[in-house]
Amino acid sequence: MAENEARLRRTMMFVPGNNPAMVKDAGIYGADSIMFDLEDAVSMAEKDAARILVYEALQTQDYGQAELVVRVNGLDTEYYHDDVKAMVKAGIDVIRLPKVESADMIQTLEEDVAAAETEFGIPVGTTHVMAAIESAKGVLNAPAIAAASDRMIGVALSAEDYTTDMKTHRYPDGAELEFARNMVLHAARAAGVAAFDTVFTNMADPDGFYRETRHIHQLGFDGKSLVNPRQIAMVNSVYEPTKDEVVKAQKVIAAIEEARIKGSGVISMNGQMVDRPVVLRAQRVMQLAEVSNLLDEEGNYLEK
Amino acid sequence: MKNNVKRELPAELMAALNYKGFESTDIGHPDIQRVAPKVHVTTGEDKVVDSIVDVVKATVKDGMTISFHHHFRNGDFVFNQVMRAIIDEGIQDLTLAPSSLTGIMNDMVVEAIKAGTVTNITSSGMRGSLGDFVSHGGLKNPVIFRSHGNRARAIEHGDIKIDVAFLGVPNADKLGNANGMAGKAVFGSLGYALMDAQYADQVVLLTDNLATYPNTPASIKQTQVDYVVKIDQVGDPDKIGSGATRFTKDPKELKIAQTVNDVIVNSPYFKNGFSFQTGSGGAALAVTRYLRQAMLDNQIKASFALGGITKPTTDLLAEGLVDKIMDVQDFDRGAAESMQSNPNQQEIDASWYADPDNKGAMVDQLDVAILSALEIDTDYNVNVMSGSDGVIRGAIGGHQDAATAKLTIISAPLVRGRLATIVPAVTTVVTPGDSIDVVVTEYGIAINPQRQDLIEALSHVPGVPVYTIDQLQQLAEKKVGTPKPLEFTDRTVAMIEYRDGTIIDTIKEVKD
Amino acid sequence: MEIKTTAIAGTLESSDIQIMLMAGQDGIQIDLESDVIKQFGNQIKQVITTTLQQLNIDNVKVRAVDKGALDCVIKARTIAAAQRALAQTTPAWEVL
Repeated sequence: MAENEARLRRTMMFVPGNNPAMVKDAGIYGADSIMFDLEDAVSMAEKDAARILVYEALQTQDYGQAELVVRVNGLDTEYYHDDVKAMVKAGIDVIRLPKVESADMIQTLEEDVAAAETEFGIPVGTTHVMAAIESAKGVLNAPAIAAASDRMIGVALSAEDYTTDMKTHRYPDGAELEFARNMVLHAARAAGVAAFDTVFTNMADPDGFYRETRHIHQLGFDGKSLVNPRQIAMVNSVYEPTKDEVVKAQKVIAAIEEARIKGSGVISMNGQMVDRPVVLRAQRVMQLAEVSNLLDEEGNYLEK
Repeated sequence: MKNNVKRELPAELMAALNYKGFESTDIGHPDIQRVAPKVHVTTGEDKVVDSIVDVVKATVKDGMTISFHHHFRNGDFVFNQVMRAIIDEGIQDLTLAPSSLTGIMNDMVVEAIKAGTVTNITSSGMRGSLGDFVSHGGLKNPVIFRSHGNRARAIEHGDIKIDVAFLGVPNADKLGNANGMAGKAVFGSLGYALMDAQYADQVVLLTDNLATYPNTPASIKQTQVDYVVKIDQVGDPDKIGSGATRFTKDPKELKIAQTVNDVIVNSPYFKNGFSFQTGSGGAALAVTRYLRQAMLDNQIKASFALGGITKPTTDLLAEGLVDKIMDVQDFDRGAAESMQSNPNQQEIDASWYADPDNKGAMVDQLDVAILSALEIDTDYNVNVMSGSDGVIRGAIGGHQDAATAKLTIISAPLVRGRLATIVPAVTTVVTPGDSIDVVVTEYGIAINPQRQDLIEALSHVPGVPVYTIDQLQQLAEKKVGTPKPLEFTDRTVAMIEYRDGTIIDTIKEVKD
Repeated sequence: MEIKTTAIAGTLESSDIQIMLMAGQDGIQIDLESDVIKQFGNQIKQVITTTLQQLNIDNVKVRAVDKGALDCVIKARTIAAAQRALAQTTPAWEVL
């Protein structure tokens, strides 16, 4: 799971699964993850068509480095089984299951995914899964859900259904989500998987979007689910490290390199030992700096 | 014979029309003799008439060249009324020489061609049913397409000798002092029409708003005008706006616009006192918005914005980010209103704007031009005239002219639906690749290899991948597949002049 | 396979193609409307025909209205329309 922990997942862009124009162009915006939606964005009458469209697009379109995710229909729907089979056959990276309330649901998904992998001759364990948590029950069971499978790459909070379940709605300050956000985030961190914050749908309120994104960045979320490609650059700018952070991280990385050359097991900087958390943080800052285009080819900070 | 953009030109037609093939974007320093119009002397007391038919009878004869402007765009009520009268008079064999033809004129032009009233056309462009008609061989003689700057050149040279100009204006006094700013159907700058007013033998103004004499500011002057016709309505104010004046929400257009802005900001031209032209269309408006932010962030001001003007550009003027607007036409009401209220928005005629045979045109001073394209080929040649099916559906506008800017950026999606925008060879060359510096798509940019300086400046812009134009072409083809080549007959239906009056390409009749 | 019912899939949105399948007796007959018919008409018909053949549909009337769809979209809409026309409840896994 080391590779999984290191992967950047700042932005997970929703793409309606039955819209050829959007499915076709999903790769051009630089989202870390692209999530093709077969669930809420597709009407009942078009579930079959959307499933086939996403399947064929995955066979032919180039989505570059993005992690490819499909939100299938819920376990309790008649579409679920065919969705899972088709997406496993298509070789999707991650299946996102909506409305997850228990570890059992993830285990059921895992069995169905494994069966499909066997049926289509795909090595068992290839397909990853993630859970969307959309209810009080799901939030309370988040730790078990996040740890339910070796295939898990993350948990996401879905605030629309959750706030309805909580007999409230969304407010600008997000106080109604504070507990759920922290539960989901702790569950994810304890299980070593990614944590995704919920969508922000009002495109006319960029200030609100930035406020919310800065907040979840501060809490420690990996990133956010997004409804519009225009939000990608906004999230990335929030996750972009400052020059100070980059310069400090570079010093840590240099100290690691120095220790490696010396063959020393102890990394030290300015005469002090560098702890493992500091090393990890520095590595993450450098990773973010690189994808934020803050570094030149030699890894030096680029003045803007 | 082939010209310097490798286009085979019809030798017989070239000789018959006394044309040379395109050689170079370099205009040089020739000595030019301009022509002067005929003047029928009057003290001006009897210029106002009530009847279009009477004016047509008094002015238009078989074989003449008549002209119109297109500042009313699709809100034009003048063109169709005048042409109706001309067709009904049974007049034959006219050359129609408007600054351009808009959709609302299409059916009337087709009727005039069928009636033998119009046998020659020169225009900036044509679209819709008229483009279709001409592309299917509906007009015997080839249409001559000219850019706005080239039309001014051709008029000054006498290549276009206008006998009668019919010019709609939202206001005029009884002697013909007029402007485009006050009245009901206002369009702001009269830039293109000023050429006709200055060079036509007979100038007929049509207005629905007779102003008190003397009417000022006068863009068209009484010294130029023979008749003032009072009509009920010159245009529909709601349809004068080009329509594409809203800020786009299309994420792909925004991504392209953002990249265009990145290219400008990282170019050597983005410094205090720079100048730019953006044109209309959703993506161009978005560029203006991004550029505004970049100018604020970097504390940079522009000395002037040029060409067709939109409200986002006049907002920059009001905000003090642009010192002057040099305005040849206005694409929306906001821009037109700003021209009336802001003395730093200068009306310029098409010659001042872009005529190559000049003692210096504005485009020669232009740093950055952002232009669109229907197709771009791997030699950087641009087509803005014929659709991918080979049918005429576009206009040169100021494309060839503004492309002389120091940094000419073509902004276009890599593919539109199933059609590649970047192709091995464009259907019709309108603007030569030598004029084009950078092509911006949603996938990344390509820089003309002639511009090593720009390759150096733009190769390491964060988030802006640089490809060769061949790579972009191959990427597009991989996405959409290889199209079957279009089929044309041998018959030439249109000739495309370069801005110096040489022929850069021709359009053939489509085979259906 | 026999067409059980006239069925339609796809929309008239840009980049999509709407495919209607009706029972036919005389092979695969395609009536295509497209803005890019000159350049891609044969290719579009080829994708539809091949896909129908893979689904073992030999006699069918096809009415296709193309809005600039890529091949993968044409194939997807043909499969969806066929599945509906054959009244199949599970996808034809071997053809996807």
